[in-house]
This record gives sequence, C-alpha cells and structure tokens, in this order.
Amino acid sequence: MADLLKVSDLETQFRTREGVVHAVNGVSFDLKEGETLGIVGESGCGKSVTVMSVLRLIPTPPGKIVAGEAIFRGKDLLKMSDEEIRHIRGAQISMVFQDPMTSFNPVLTIGRQVAEPLEIHQGMNRRQAYDRVTEMLDLVGIPKSRDRLNDYPHQFSGGMRQRVMIAMSLVCNPSILIADEPTTALDVTIQAQIIELIKELRDKLGMAIIWITHDLGVIAGLADRVLVMYGGYFIETAPVKSLYATPTHPYTLGLINSLPRVDSDVQCRLESIDGLPPILMEKPNNCPFAPRCTYVKERCYQENPMLMETSEDHFTACWVDTLTGKERA
Amino acid sequence: MAKPVSLQNKEFGAGGKPISQKGESLWKDSMRRLMRNRAAVIGGSIIVLLLLLAVFADVIAPYPFAEQTLVDQNKLPQWVLSLFPTMEPYAQLSPKYFFGADYVGRDMMSRIIYGTRVSLTVAFIGPIISLIIGVIYGSISGYFGGRLDNLMMRIVDVLYAFPSLLFIILLLAFFRSTFARPAPGTFTYSVSQLDAAMGGLLFIFIGIGLTAWATMARLTRGQVLSVREKEFVEAARTLGANDMRIMFRHILPNVVGPLVVAETLAIPGYISTEAFLSFIGIGVNPPTPSWGSMISDGAQVIRTYPNQAVFPALALAITMFAFNFLGDGLRDALDPRLRGTQ
Repeated sequence: MADLLKVSDLETQFRTREGVVHAVNGVSFDLKEGETLGIVGESGCGKSVTVMSVLRLIPTPPGKIVAGEAIFRGKDLLKMSDEEIRHIRGAQISMVFQDPMTSFNPVLTIGRQVAEPLEIHQGMNRRQAYDRVTEMLDLVGIPKSRDRLNDYPHQFSGGMRQRVMIAMSLVCNPSILIADEPTTALDVTIQAQIIELIKELRDKLGMAIIWITHDLGVIAGLADRVLVMYGGYFIETAPVKSLYATPTHPYTLGLINSLPRVDSDVQCRLESIDGLPPILMEKPNNCPFAPRCTYVKERCYQENPMLMETSEDHFTACWVDTLTGKERA
Repeated sequence: MAKPVSLQNKEFGAGGKPISQKGESLWKDSMRRLMRNRAAVIGGSIIVLLLLLAVFADVIAPYPFAEQTLVDQNKLPQWVLSLFPTMEPYAQLSPKYFFGADYVGRDMMSRIIYGTRVSLTVAFIGPIISLIIGVIYGSISGYFGGRLDNLMMRIVDVLYAFPSLLFIILLLAFFRSTFARPAPGTFTYSVSQLDAAMGGLLFIFIGIGLTAWATMARLTRGQVLSVREKEFVEAARTLGANDMRIMFRHILPNVVGPLVVAETLAIPGYISTEAFLSFIGIGVNPPTPSWGSMISDGAQVIRTYPNQAVFPALALAITMFAFNFLGDGLRDALDPRLRGTQ
C-alpha cells in the first residue's frame, strides 16, 4: 500500500534560556494507509514532540522545526502555509489527547465541541452537524447520545469523555488518527475498553493510527509496527511480532524485561533500567543510551549508531549484537 | 441501623441524588448560588427598581424636572414638623413636595427620580465602553503575547500612572473647548449637538471610556494568559480552529466571569465619577438633573435646608451600595472553586 505519511530527518529543537534542547534528532518513519504505528519510549524522549512537529503544533518560539520533511498525500506539511495546515488538522489528521478531563472546554456543551470540526472544515451549521455528531457519539458508545448533546463535559465520566474525545477527532473522517497516550489518565478497565473501541473503529473506518505510549503492553495487541524512541532518536523499529519475539536493542530489552509477566515467579522483583534519561542539551555524538547500557562497548562512546537492518524489516541502532554480546561488524 | 444500599443501583449516586441530572450550565449553577445570597438579591432588586424609576420617570415623577415655581423656593416638606415640632413658627412648608423644593422651586423628588436616568445610563454605558475596548485590547495582548504584549501593556501602564479623575477633567475641558462653537454641518457640530441632546453626558461617557478600559484590559490579559495555556485550547488548535475562533469561542467564555464581577464592582466608581464631575460643575448641563449637581446645589444651603443635599446623596449612596452588593454576590457565585456546591 502507498505511503500516507512519510516523515524524514525531522529535527526539532527548543531554544530555552539555558540553551538549546535537542528534542527530536532527525527521525524518519512512514505510515501506510490503514496502518497502526506505535511509538514507545519513556517520558521526555520526544514521542509527543515528533507528532506535534508533524502537525506543526510546536509552540514557536521557543520550539523550532530545524530540518526534515513530512510528506502527507504528496505535500510537505512542514512547508505549508498556516492556512493550509489548519485545514489538515482535525479534518485529515486529528489527535486524541492524554487527559480527557482538561481537553474539553468547560463552558461549551459536548454537542457544540464535537460539532466544531464540522463547522470549521465542512461549513456545516449546527443542525446539520448535530445529526452527524449524534451518529458519531453512537459509534463510540455513548448511550442516549441525542439527549447528551446539551450536557457539559463535567457531567461525563473520564472514560465517557475519552470516548467523546475520540468521536470529536473522528467526526470529519480523518485518514490519520494520532493518539497521544490516550489511555494513560484512565483506570485499567476503562483503558481496555478504549483500546477495544479504537480497534473497532479502525476496522470500521479504516484510518491509520499513530499511537504514542510508554506502555509496551498497550501496543502489543494494537500496532502493526512499533518504533522505540530514546533521547530523540528512533533506536529500534520493527513489526510488532518481531519486536516482542526478538528485541535487539538493549533499551528495548530493558523495557520488555521491566514488564511483569504472567509466567514469571510471583516473588521475583521487577527489573528496571538503571540511570536517568539523557538531558538533551547537546546533540550527542555517542550512543545516547550508552551510560545506562549493560552491553556498552568502547565504540558506543565514540560514535552514535544509526538504524541498521538486523533481520527482515527489523532495524536497530546499536553497535552491539545483543544476542551474542559482541560488536557488530 | 442504616439501610443496606444496593451497589447495582445505577440511577442514584451517593446521598440518593440522581447521577444523570438534566444539563445544568455553569451559568445556571451560578445564578442559583446568586439567588441564595440575600444581600445580592436585595442589591439586584434595588437596581431593578431604579431601572423602572428611570424608564417610567415621566409617569412616576409628580412634576417635570425643570418646572420652576418661584413662590415655592426652598420649601420644606410637611412631614418635617413631625420630626422637629419646634420648627413650626418659622419653617416654610409645602405639602406639595415630598422631599421639598430647591432654590428655584423645583420639586426635589421629581429631580431625584429623573436623576436615576443619568446615573443608570452611566452605570450601563460605562461598563459597555470599557468592556469593548478593554476586552479587545486585553485579549489581543494576552493571546499573542511576546513583544506586542509588552508594548501594549506599557501603554496601559502609562495611562495607569496618570490620575484618572484628572485625566477625565482634562479630556472634558479639551472636548468642551473643541466643540464649543462649531460651524453647522461639520462633524464637530453634530457631535456637539448630540452632546447637547444628551444633556452633556456624551463627553462624560467618552471620558470614562477612555480611562476605565485600562483596568479591564489588564484583567482580561491576565485571564487570557492563564486560559490560553489550557489543554482545551491546544485541542481546539489540533482540530484546525483559527486564532479568532480560539479567542472568541474558547478563551473569552472562560474569562467572562471575573470580567463581569470586576465590571459590576467598577460601576459605583463610574456613578461617583459622574456625580463628582457634576458636583464640581463640569458634568451634565443644567437643567438636566444629576444627583451630583443636586448635591452641589444643596451643599450651598446645607445648614438651612439639609434636605436639598441629603436626599440626592442618599439616592446616590443607595445606588452605589446596590451595585456593590450585587458585585460581591456575583463574585461569590462565579467563583469556580464553589462550582457545583449549594
């Protein structure tokens, strides 16, 4: 299938008083029609900044997209005029946020907020829009949706609000849905429901999804392909099965080992990765994970590895072959 | 012993209150809390009463406000005798005037009733002017931020540093001299005609408008600054909303609460500014009845005919209290921390 979105060498920096923060350091990925892409990494590794850069939602200043391109349907999102990108946002690429509690305007009714993309992008009036909104709310499983159009956000529970949020982002039938940790603020049972819901909607509507999370468990049953991010770089990209079966980067290994397993001894302690994520004040010329890495070699401090294909469609940025513990040729 | 509560009961939450109450907007919620505040309700009722007085002054007032009856100069009302019986031998009494008559024999009560028109016009036009200018200025400054914000706020600072009453006096002096004797047909002529038709109020509005907006601009800017960082603004941007939409649809409705409160509490200030200007003689044109000019006239004879100063002053005080009570009540009712409480 054709590439829907092709991001290459994207580089985003934040110019702060303390210096330049290199949040995203030249990442590339592509997203096919209907594909689900998972971006995994710990807090502050640049996951959100990457997708926000693609939609040009980085606050500038202090943020700045320094380099790269993001080709969506043949046009570079990063070179579009403000007006053009505004018509992409919410209509063709839309986003679901982490916290459904704060993502709604407390003084507007749910109906008006969900109808907003329709008013902006399709010039509908409120009556026309409300029919479509009701349809959408039914689709995401809001009971008695027509009666709830005039309710305010505080009258919905967290899980319900996240459903409404999803309805709002899908109301214009976008071809890409970006989900920025949409389940993090919800409790576990609701998380499962929301993930189920998104899967269902994906099958019905066929949009591509970029799912950002720090939870490898969430992504396992959802994504087609997973990108692992660390310190502003993608350090491992692979189809989801291959990643879980044969993780090759030491960081991915660490992440997977830190998950509790059903088949492990109940008494054993969960493993953790020692150390702290890097401060991104300067662009590293060593492997950013080297200080925390158990496989670290001399070379890791001298050269930053780029992604290399280790098996079919499975790319890793590491000098060490973690299976053998030896340096790659 | 407490009755066992079924956990399966979905219709009722804690305390047996239905979970799915009918959609109640934040405004309705605030109104409900306002109605529980006795002082605010009293203040509000007084304002409604004053409004009715102002609108139906022609019907209610016993005499036209400019009708002079020279034989009734400085007449005291009849009921004075029941308070001070010893005044009988010398007091000039007249049963015609309930608050007495002034130095040219005009009915004080009618003039006070007509005076509500001036004070209430100022009370409603003042906020409108300062809100329009202040909100637009403040939201632009707060929303776009950066260098523009800095520049715009320094202008406000300059205005702030200047005593506003002095500024209004200067403006009035400037306007009055500019529009003193214009040639018919020019713009200045029509402006001066309009001012004359309004009894001299137009320039007072302009004066108040040009000074009072600075406070509103500052307040709006501060509110906008805090709201624009909220996540729902970001969410609106990801949906493709443009700056205008974000400003007017998402940010402004979230800042009106504090603005309404501040404006209601500023109204007594506008009323007293007008009264003060009329008191020192640069406010409304005679014979337009303003409480300020009536107090000024009464002050001349306060030792012999205190009624001429006391009643307009009382009217002024009651009006200002009423707006203050309402403003206080609004502040409590719109306090977001109290949302959803009784």
